[in-house]
Amino acid sequence: MKVVLPTPLAAYAAGRREVEATGATLAELLADLDRQYPGIRFRVIDEQDAIRPHIKFFLNREMARSLAAGVALGDEVLIVAALSGG
Amino acid sequence: MPRLAVLVGTRKGLFVLKSGLDRRRWSMEGPHFLGEVVNHAVLDPRDGRTVLAAVRAGHLGPTVYRSADAGRTWREARVPPAFAKAAPGEAGESVSHVFWLAPGHASEPGRWYAGTSPQGLFASDDGGESWRGVDGFNAHPDRRKWIGGPQDAPPDGGTLHSINVDPFDASHIYIGLSGGGTFESRDRGASWTPLNRGCAADFLPDPDAEFGHDPHCIRVHPAARGVVYQQNHCGIYRLDRAASRWVRIGANMPKEIGDIGFPMVLHPRDPAKAWVFPMDGTTVWPRTPIGGRPAVYGTSDGGRSWKRLDRGLPKGQAWFTVKRQAMGADTLDPVGLYFGTTGGEVWSSFDEGARWHCLCLHLPHVYCVEAATAA
Repeated sequence: MKVVLPTPLAAYAAGRREVEATGATLAELLADLDRQYPGIRFRVIDEQDAIRPHIKFFLNREMARSLAAGVALGDEVLIVAALSGG
Repeated sequence: MPRLAVLVGTRKGLFVLKSGLDRRRWSMEGPHFLGEVVNHAVLDPRDGRTVLAAVRAGHLGPTVYRSADAGRTWREARVPPAFAKAAPGEAGESVSHVFWLAPGHASEPGRWYAGTSPQGLFASDDGGESWRGVDGFNAHPDRRKWIGGPQDAPPDGGTLHSINVDPFDASHIYIGLSGGGTFESRDRGASWTPLNRGCAADFLPDPDAEFGHDPHCIRVHPAARGVVYQQNHCGIYRLDRAASRWVRIGANMPKEIGDIGFPMVLHPRDPAKAWVFPMDGTTVWPRTPIGGRPAVYGTSDGGRSWKRLDRGLPKGQAWFTVKRQAMGADTLDPVGLYFGTTGGEVWSSFDEGARWHCLCLHLPHVYCVEAATAA
């Protein structure tokens, strides 16, 4: 399925904002992303498997609050990183 | 041909100032990691090529980057510093940012240490590619007591800093906790002991507290066995290990200047020489040069007396701050001194502080300055 990366993460995918990944849950999808782009998961998920503050995941425009959220073929996953802070 | 490199980490990237060993002509490389916070960047004195940088971009998780060519190209650590996953039902910790990087002992090429916020200690044995927690500290049953809670932490979070490996003993490590105090391990990090006797902690009810202090910057002398200096929240101290008690050498500073500040810089060869950058620690702690007149103070007698060193620095209305990692020395003769300001300036002296020159202006808020000789 299509994953849209925020600009701060695009460098992991050689500058691309849209990439493909697979998985039945958000956790599996992030594991696949990390296999393709090593290091990307830790920038948005901490070592306690919590979504980092100011990072949001949207599945087909609905916000997902847990890594257990299910995803399916054809879904669009949007990762948003706040740019606040100055 | 060896060159001098001054790594300048800022709130918005890393800059590298380079010159020949004559320090006459300087050039600037960078920015690397533009827009990202670089809390610390260190060139490995063991090979003159490897550089590690502690980087965090905005709200993304923290990481460490590694360069094998003195800062020209970079690759992210495969396994950045991270706390152990908590058992189900228990609250775990998450590294907010990597704050301090330190090469290991000269006899252990490839070993590095990292200190984080909140206070965690991590080690790498592959030159910074992968990191593991030092369980002797991170899982110590008294660690939470030592570092306190959110009420005890500075506004940007508690930090583990000032990681010093004893140059005469690879198993002997010093660390600073803000807050928490100075601690040491004599078994490569397996166990830890507070090392705060003689240090004031005027924000604690017990004047003889064993821990809970706030060391700002601790430096172990690289050439003289057992000589340690410290700029603390409550003054400037020296520790000679035979005595095992800190002595407040800042008491010998001029009373109108005081002995509050953040950096502590040692002469690479002479253990009697050191430099500090005093700041206003009165009232609400402005942390600015006293009276808006910046000055470095240096001692040549182990802290028995101090000399004001401000020739070339602004004469007034200069209100910047110099952070704890933002002042350092090279190893040349005479020693070069360097400091970076929160206003984005880098100042240098090539005669051990007698005269100062501005190396560059207009950088972002400077977080760290590290001078080293690159191969």
